[in-house]
Amino acid sequence: MNERIFVNGNEAVGWGALAADCRAFFGYPITPQNEVTEWFAREFPKRGRIFIQTSSETASINWLYGGACVGARVMTSTSSPGWALMQETISHMVNTEVPCVVVLVQRGGPGQGTTRHAQMDYASATWGGGHGGYKNIVLTPASAQEVHDLMQLAFYLADKYCNPVIVLSDGIIGTMMEPIALREINFNSLPEKDWALRGKGRRKDGQRRLLSSGQGLIPTSRNPNYLTLLHTLHNKFQQMAAHEIRYEASLLEDAELVLVAFGYAARASLQAMNWARAEGIKVGMIRPITVWPFPSQIVKEEAEKGVKFLVVEDNLGQMVMDVKMASEGKAAIYLVSALDRHEAMEGGAIYPEKVLEKIKELTAS
Amino acid sequence: MTERRRITGTPKLKIELPVPVGACQGCQHGSVGRIIWEVLEELELGENTIWIGGVTCGTMNAFLSDLDAVGPVPHGRAPDIGSAMKRLLGKETIIITYQGDGDAIAIGTESLIQAAARAERITVFMANNANYGTTGGQMAPTTLMEQRTTTTPQGRGMVEGFPINTAELVAQLRGTAYSARGAITSPANYQRTKKYVKKALQKQIDDIGFSFVEILSACPPNWGKKPVDCLKWIDDEMISQYPLGEFRDLESLN
Repeated sequence: MNERIFVNGNEAVGWGALAADCRAFFGYPITPQNEVTEWFAREFPKRGRIFIQTSSETASINWLYGGACVGARVMTSTSSPGWALMQETISHMVNTEVPCVVVLVQRGGPGQGTTRHAQMDYASATWGGGHGGYKNIVLTPASAQEVHDLMQLAFYLADKYCNPVIVLSDGIIGTMMEPIALREINFNSLPEKDWALRGKGRRKDGQRRLLSSGQGLIPTSRNPNYLTLLHTLHNKFQQMAAHEIRYEASLLEDAELVLVAFGYAARASLQAMNWARAEGIKVGMIRPITVWPFPSQIVKEEAEKGVKFLVVEDNLGQMVMDVKMASEGKAAIYLVSALDRHEAMEGGAIYPEKVLEKIKELTAS
Repeated sequence: MTERRRITGTPKLKIELPVPVGACQGCQHGSVGRIIWEVLEELELGENTIWIGGVTCGTMNAFLSDLDAVGPVPHGRAPDIGSAMKRLLGKETIIITYQGDGDAIAIGTESLIQAAARAERITVFMANNANYGTTGGQMAPTTLMEQRTTTTPQGRGMVEGFPINTAELVAQLRGTAYSARGAITSPANYQRTKKYVKKALQKQIDDIGFSFVEILSACPPNWGKKPVDCLKWIDDEMISQYPLGEFRDLESLN
């Protein structure tokens, strides 16, 4: 069945989670993601699934920890200040090796910043925002349809690696209304969660299971000591980096300038690229779908071809650092940032016109 | 490490020692754990219980019993974690948390109070030793007035303010079915505390509401006392701040 509905990117989170057979949502109100929480409050209980409004984002992420430990597909959604509050337990979940999905609908910062759109948590999400130097796969949708589809991928990857997965949205993707097709995506089958806690009497072997966010301190059958734990996690992060990179490349064949953008900035950049192409300017685009692991190889290959890069992101320059690392000093890199917003108040955004202006400036001979 | 040694219990609920336990002489975490294990065994709950160990020296209890367990979980957050488990697994699963006083009523205050208010069908056990034992004896929310700790070297005073009576506080909340405080300074107190533990778990089995038991617990090295003097200190000093007894015991919530 491919029913089509008209929703915003926040509601698409819910439809995607439903298609992924998510069992419980635990969340706390924060703008601009309230439609997510309200969608689950409205749609989940009547389908026999669990919705709980928690007492804080710190509580939300710990409800996720509990849900993950019993082997259920569970998720939360938040915006930037709430994301900060969740970091400690995300780190604990990486240590425990349990899966969950966290949707981060970014708003402006630092501090209270704005309650509107921004892309200022890229660095925090991609570098493991909490303590202890871990990695999470970070997926970035650029449309409501992609939100819906990536939610399903997020649950699959979380279970595959027994690790949290972050869906990095923003205030514009979240509130922008678009038609989407409801479709269930089929993934490879995954092993049963034999490690999940549910009381040993419910288990065929009758043996108890033990989970710990103190792996390394507490010897577990999987990781008898701290160095084993570090090897286990390092190998897992390497597997993710080797197998899970996703991106969309457009018009790179003859491009002299390559845009690199994600989320709503990618939508603005796409428009600017189409306008520029109509004028005969040779511009292409790389849109990372995973921002960790970052699509470094394609950036490197383009750099070696001698292109210039124009990174477009609504922050003070975060992904541009990944582009710099990937290009290994072989390309000139320019930035359209939050400083290039079209107006001074919080409603200001990066407009396609601004990107086009920069494209023309960089390609003028 | 590979050789597991049985230290107590019956074949139904084995208490094993899979990891080295660094409990100090005279520490009562083992005794508090034992009371809970005895009750779990008497109520035949071993097959369907999940034990959640907070950040406390007593988190080791999570690993000693032959139960499904997780621990240490993020500091103070065991009630949130247990709530999610209970909601997902349903009535048949018994959820218990084992927490210290610093864990439950300092960093974990929100988690504990909100779980009680929601009438969450879980049971929280809080060992109260009036200090942060694991980190070496700093002031806890439960530290007595004038009690010396490594962070109140002159004794707790008005800079720090007053201790929190957790069992009485939890008893105020509408979602709480049962709240009590026990000690294990004598065989009589041990039996009385065991009765509290059993009643608390029965509230969960009967699906009535949130249940809570605080147990006064000795910490000889951090108190700078011999184990036997610790028992006397609990009887003479702690109980006047933290009276023993039941503060709430309901058959149904209104």
